[in-house]
Amino acid sequence: MNTVTRPRLNTVAGIAVLAVLLFPIYWMVNASLQPNGATVDTTWLPLDPDLTGYRTALAEQGPNLVTSLVVAVGSVVLSLLVAVPAAYALAQFRLRWANWVLFGILISQMIPGIVIANALYGAYADLGLLNSIPGLILADSTAGIPFAILICRALMQGLPPALVEAALVDGAGPVRAFVSVVLPISRNALITAALFTFLFTWGDFLFALTLTTTEDVRPVTLGIYNYLGAYVNDWSSVMATAVLASIPAIVLLVVAQKYVAAGATGGAVK
Amino acid sequence: MSTTATATAPSRTVAPARPRRPGAARHRHRRLVTALFLGPAVVYLLLFYGYPVVQNVVMGFQQYTISTFFTGEAPWVGLDNYREVLGSPLFRTALLNTALFTVGSIAGQFVLGLGLALFFRRRFPMSGVLRSLILLPWLIPLIVASAVWKWLLDTDAGALNRFLVGSGLVDTGVPWLTSTSLALVAVIGVNVWIGIPFNTVILHGGLQNIPEELYEAGALDGATRWRAFRHITWPMLRPVVSVVLVLGVVYTLKVLDIILGLTGGGPANATQTLATQSYQLSFTTFDFGQGAAVSNVLIVVSLVFAAVYLRLNRRAVDE
Repeated sequence: MNTVTRPRLNTVAGIAVLAVLLFPIYWMVNASLQPNGATVDTTWLPLDPDLTGYRTALAEQGPNLVTSLVVAVGSVVLSLLVAVPAAYALAQFRLRWANWVLFGILISQMIPGIVIANALYGAYADLGLLNSIPGLILADSTAGIPFAILICRALMQGLPPALVEAALVDGAGPVRAFVSVVLPISRNALITAALFTFLFTWGDFLFALTLTTTEDVRPVTLGIYNYLGAYVNDWSSVMATAVLASIPAIVLLVVAQKYVAAGATGGAVK
Repeated sequence: MSTTATATAPSRTVAPARPRRPGAARHRHRRLVTALFLGPAVVYLLLFYGYPVVQNVVMGFQQYTISTFFTGEAPWVGLDNYREVLGSPLFRTALLNTALFTVGSIAGQFVLGLGLALFFRRRFPMSGVLRSLILLPWLIPLIVASAVWKWLLDTDAGALNRFLVGSGLVDTGVPWLTSTSLALVAVIGVNVWIGIPFNTVILHGGLQNIPEELYEAGALDGATRWRAFRHITWPMLRPVVSVVLVLGVVYTLKVLDIILGLTGGGPANATQTLATQSYQLSFTTFDFGQGAAVSNVLIVVSLVFAAVYLRLNRRAVDE
């Protein structure tokens, strides 16, 4: 069998496949390093890297990157605060209607974002939440909260109830038992949930597009979209912005590989 | 619930440190704890999923336009929105495009994802690293992927056309995103690229769960590779395949970022789908009533697939 005798050939084939699949990412980095305006005859290798694109990108999109960061961090905090206790309750409290809540969460995953945006626009206009960071945090958490509940509940179902009972016997209330016993052992699920909530929110485009109307609060995804709307003559700064917007994904893949795999599989099969 | 387990005997005496509650009070306490843990999530889901769905259904029957925001009035118009939207030729285009986009994307993602998953089941140096690098297209923001592909597919200076012209495969640049006959194909191609990682990871996970002994037994019976795939791999992988396909359909139906970023639904509505049409009706022509009508059609289609998903999931749990 060639799986045993020729493992190196498989490695070569694997690298070749990956090179094709990841070429667009390479091209993004390459184009971002081209001198300004010279993108029409982009060289295949950035032999003479030029940082003008990044300078333009940071000057034009710097505030938007900060907005994206603030919204993403805010959404992670909100999502975990809301989702983790709920996940614990669904996993460990014996509730008769727990399955109905879960059913609702699964159904919510099927609701198209445009449906939410259609309705939120009017509600936000009345409440003065358009063009606001809290408004975006609340709307963006529609991705994070259900996901975090599903991921954390799956892990917390495996926790032995005796652990919490021991804390309760020691005189801790249910909240303290949750904070001091359940949270520390659920660390992995919390990290996975936090990382993915961050990525969802950081990459959000729909709510950025529909729930902001001015430049005051503008996530970087919308900044990129606005570049694309007009005729693009300066691709190097667009690609530099794209690279900057991809940094969280790249960092995550390097630093937190195992959580990424856990999140990908956990999100799909409950 | 776990708190009840600690109270071994019902006692009316008040313990000094922590009073043990009699039945009714304990019951109330239990409800309070449940509300504390689960309440915020339930309230959030009702406000940000429940309300929008109900509101979309209501708006579908209303003349809900930009003036509604000033006057606060949204007159009831019965089925007018649906009549107008469903009767327009654009709706039929969008419906057809949605079907083609969904079927094309799912077929491409699934076949390529399954191929890669089978490939990565082999054991070879660096397979783990390569397998996680493959996730990159799926982790970057969708609008970034659109921007990169818009540049790659550019008619005059895009890398793809430069390669095709340079190698003599075509004479002049192919107008990938600006030709009415090619734009949908190009958009499907980009969506396939984005979806391959997800399909690969999930299917690879499914393959890892198939016991090795089955293949050993198959090899003893003289099963060739193809027959081993047909009679062992495929039947064992079926539940995972169903989940991947149904989730793929549901996610693809909602896709908006990629199409808006690449073509904006154009040229001449060649890439208009139900999701982009709903967006444009609501947010460019500010006719929220008609936008809601289209998105309600989208909800119904999604829920049909949701029902299929839940059935499959339940069966998977039962087994």
